[in-house]
Amino acid sequence: MLNDQDRIFTNLYGRQDPGLKAALMRGNWDGTKKLIEMGRDWIIDEMKASGLRGRGGAGFPTGMKWSFMPKVNDGRPHYLVINGDESEPGTCKDREILRHDPHLLIEGAMLACVAMGAHAAYIYIRGEFIAERIALQKAVDEAYEAKLIGKDNKHGYPFDFYVHHGAGAYICGEETALLESLEGKKGQPRLKPPFPANMGLYGCPTTVNNVESIAVAGTILRRGAGWFNGIGRPNNVGTKLFCVSGHVNTPCNVEEAMGLTFRELIDKHCGGIRGGWDNLKAVIPGGSSVPMVPAEQIIDAPMDFDTLRALRSGLGTAAVIVLDKQTDLVSAIARLAHFYKHESCGQCTPCREGTGWMARVMARMAEGRAQKKEIDMLLDVSTRIEGHTICALGDAAAWPIQGLIRHFRHEIEAKIDQYAANPHSDPVPVAAE
Amino acid sequence: MSVRRLAPDSVQPASFAFSAENKVWLAAQIAKYPEGRQASAVIPALWQAQKQAGGWLPKAAIEHVAECLGMPNIRVLEVASFYTMFNLEPVGQYFVQLCGTVPCHCMGAQDLKKVLKEKIGHEHHVSADGKFSWLEVECLGACTNAPMVQINDDFYEDLTAETLAKLLDDLAAGKPVKIGPQNGRSKSEPKDSIKTLLDGALYDGSKVGSWQGDFDARVAAAKKAKEEAAAAAEKKA
Repeated sequence: MLNDQDRIFTNLYGRQDPGLKAALMRGNWDGTKKLIEMGRDWIIDEMKASGLRGRGGAGFPTGMKWSFMPKVNDGRPHYLVINGDESEPGTCKDREILRHDPHLLIEGAMLACVAMGAHAAYIYIRGEFIAERIALQKAVDEAYEAKLIGKDNKHGYPFDFYVHHGAGAYICGEETALLESLEGKKGQPRLKPPFPANMGLYGCPTTVNNVESIAVAGTILRRGAGWFNGIGRPNNVGTKLFCVSGHVNTPCNVEEAMGLTFRELIDKHCGGIRGGWDNLKAVIPGGSSVPMVPAEQIIDAPMDFDTLRALRSGLGTAAVIVLDKQTDLVSAIARLAHFYKHESCGQCTPCREGTGWMARVMARMAEGRAQKKEIDMLLDVSTRIEGHTICALGDAAAWPIQGLIRHFRHEIEAKIDQYAANPHSDPVPVAAE
Repeated sequence: MSVRRLAPDSVQPASFAFSAENKVWLAAQIAKYPEGRQASAVIPALWQAQKQAGGWLPKAAIEHVAECLGMPNIRVLEVASFYTMFNLEPVGQYFVQLCGTVPCHCMGAQDLKKVLKEKIGHEHHVSADGKFSWLEVECLGACTNAPMVQINDDFYEDLTAETLAKLLDDLAAGKPVKIGPQNGRSKSEPKDSIKTLLDGALYDGSKVGSWQGDFDARVAAAKKAKEEAAAAAEKKA
């Protein structure tokens, strides 16, 4: 188990006061001026050396992302935009940072701004997090009052932090949709290129980072790249917030070392699987968008980016959804298909039409009201959505269904057999109703 | 995507204008964004308008926000119809949003749905006394505390059919209710078995500044290595 001294989010459970005074005692804002004075290149080099990979799901190296910002300012302001949209089903880690450790985030944002020549950061928080938004705004006000941030602050680097919010759209977690939304439009993703580092918010160079990626920056710079890099496994280093939900005895959020095994994570923090280890059926290891992994493959697998990718899934946001043998997997994935249908922004035809089509077919399959040949048709249609849309929502809608068919095809077939074995008067409707 | 339309004319109020207090509030919001980018404030402005209008967004409010921000009506209408937290129809005084996505679905959201149907009626229906209405929504981001509902601004987590029924009864009776987990948990910690963050030294301030010695040594060593490399390169040349 990770040592308490090596945890970054020391107020994860909100057992201490989130206010500035207690945050200072926990070592937030400790020597920030010294870090800023080390300069832009040092911060980027240190972040690169730390091996931090973005915590929002894609796992792109954070230091490298920061280095993409133009080195010379061409007259346009630079922006840091923090993605606090956290809408990926299963994920609830940024919420804890916003309400319990807000000063880590504000400090990290300031350091990131120094690294990218920006003087303003916007955070986009999902609309439903109302209490969290208020908590963060309170911390921002405290930081302004204490002159930690602002035009004229004690760190000698002008920096403003603005809290913005959405109003219930999953797609705004996609970075370019988030920028559109922040500009006051519908959250529909933009084509890339141009990439946000050249043409982002208001047409200015912008970097979009996850809340957790920004909030860990201060501690990494203080304790050194070597410390962070020494935790975990090669290419998958550092500590990570895991959100464990579903059929475990004590579901919880916890900060752990990357690469601990699924068994360790569940046994140490979550009180084991409901009904014992033999009762585990499958795990969705990285938020709803990644394919599920059957029990026997994941039990002793290290929880990190590369291992889970090799299992044809992904670490994503480290939102671990545990499903036991009492779970109706077909109905669970049908519910997920409904989610993607609901959240498609409607811009690209394969996604707008395809997510609805897949949701309708999955809803019938959950009842068994389908033909077996439709399973292959569904798989085929999912591959025609995947990779054919502007953003990754099309992929995210396709993968859970592909994961279900890959590992649990027999469950869909059993449902169809059971339905067919019982007489029904209603005719089977065609798929594209 | 979901089909979202404005409420019928029969329920639309004739006019809407921000209160004096909200006008001041809106000016402060607009000031967050660069000059000429006041459209950025459209979501916060619509949200505030929805609050002022009693939990839903009438057509007149959409037009008023467009006027305040200097935007065409259609641009604001498309924002209002795109984002699902804008209620285009009247809702109850207590507007219950039930999370129905996978983690909650697997932890008993279906049972909660039955309670809501029994106590309030079908989805979108406002109860006769105007107190309640409910809606199944997508993931609300409190998955380790599943299943959960959001009632107006607050999250109520770790629910069972019984605790939700009691919660609704208490709200109807005007009794005070506890926000957050309803099963004795405090936040998102493992219930009754916290094994982490127990070291008092994390909180007493004793660690503040303790990193500086190592840090200075590292920086000095890096500087020295750089100088030595430069000297070696010079010698070679």
